Amino acid sequence: MNFKNLGILITAGTLLFNTNLSAETEKECFEKLSRGIFEFNQVVDKAVLKPIAKGYSKLPEPIKNGTGNFTSNLATLLTVPNHLLQGQWRSAGESTASFLINSTIGILGFANPAEKLGLKNQQEDVGQTLGAYGISGGCYFVLPILGPTTIRDTVGMVADTLIDPFAQVTLREKEILSISGSKIDYFSVMGASAVDFRADNIKNLESLEKNSLDMYAAIKSLYLQNRAKKISNTFTSDDDEWNEFNK
Amino acid sequence: MKRFLSALVIFLITTISINSFAYNTDPKLFVEELVDDAIKTLSNKSISKADKNKKIEEIALANVDIDALGMYTLGDVRKTLDENNLKKYKTLFEKYFLKSLTSRLTDYSSQKFEVLSADQKSDNYNIVSSRIVESASQPEIKIDWRIYTKDPSKPLIRDLIVEGLSLAKTQKEEFASILNSNNNDINILFSKLEEFINN
Repeated sequence: MNFKNLGILITAGTLLFNTNLSAETEKECFEKLSRGIFEFNQVVDKAVLKPIAKGYSKLPEPIKNGTGNFTSNLATLLTVPNHLLQGQWRSAGESTASFLINSTIGILGFANPAEKLGLKNQQEDVGQTLGAYGISGGCYFVLPILGPTTIRDTVGMVADTLIDPFAQVTLREKEILSISGSKIDYFSVMGASAVDFRADNIKNLESLEKNSLDMYAAIKSLYLQNRAKKISNTFTSDDDEWNEFNK
Repeated sequence: MKRFLSALVIFLITTISINSFAYNTDPKLFVEELVDDAIKTLSNKSISKADKNKKIEEIALANVDIDALGMYTLGDVRKTLDENNLKKYKTLFEKYFLKSLTSRLTDYSSQKFEVLSADQKSDNYNIVSSRIVESASQPEIKIDWRIYTKDPSKPLIRDLIVEGLSLAKTQKEEFASILNSNNNDINILFSKLEEFINN
């Protein structure tokens, strides 16, 4: 693992956003361009991802569950160092135990016996860690294919590949504990994860699109709320503005 | 006598109609009974789609704080609107909300729903936790209901928080985006709402 690069990235990120700690993350970097990319992503989604996800959703339940479990289990390798970076020792321990149990008893992660043992495994990434350090999102924009993001989360996404052992072995083709892989392995797992997520959300996204006045703004709001929820590790949002309407 | 009978009939119809949407005042039971009623209505094959939508709208009008939701959704712009525009907005928002709610409920009506617990946050609020049970086409979805309980005898729904994401906030940010992109021109928002209502 290249911790030197990670250190540089996190320091650069901290310096870059340090003046912006309390700022809102809802500002747009370049809205017109982002809206254009969003439209492009919608076309790609309708032409490629959604049809694949629809086909995938018709597969037998054990195959779908197995795929979801397998990709989630690999993502634990990124979760553990991020728990540690956030000082969440208990969660780091639970995620490590979950990974070890699922990778062995759970047959390479296709089954999820750890969940039955009550081991929680929430997903963490460097973007969340930077957020937990108080670094704001910077501004919001949309990336081709990858979708909504902020400057902080983009920096985090690059840093993810530096501390994630799976990305090191596959994307960066480095051997760890005699385990080797290739870029194809990395993109196959990322692709499977995207299809699994899209299949889980076919109905949700259709309903959202049907009932939105501005789908771009709706997705932006959901993305930013979701990141805020993951960073604070809280489920229920509270909004003081409601108090104005207490008759 | 004829007048008395007419008045009695009107009174009975009104009473029955009000009572049919008067659910338990305990927030947890309130959500349970309301959702149960809505799902039964939507899955009832003996009534037409128009009648189903009408009943859902009546349930919503009686149990959702549409006025507060509309004002929350409009954001700070509400403070700058004149009375006429505010009145127009309220009328359009109600129609928009009812159409959107019916559509969303129809999308999820075939799924099993469970109310889990209620948590009193303050005198004014209860958060009722529930979930749509996992099915072959959909993983489990957690839904929190923000119930306004200032008048304990008349709980009102103000927001649904789906997997930690507030629908009211999402809607508010959609409206804000439309207004921001159009120099806060409320007429553009009106035309977008009208377009949605009439489609």
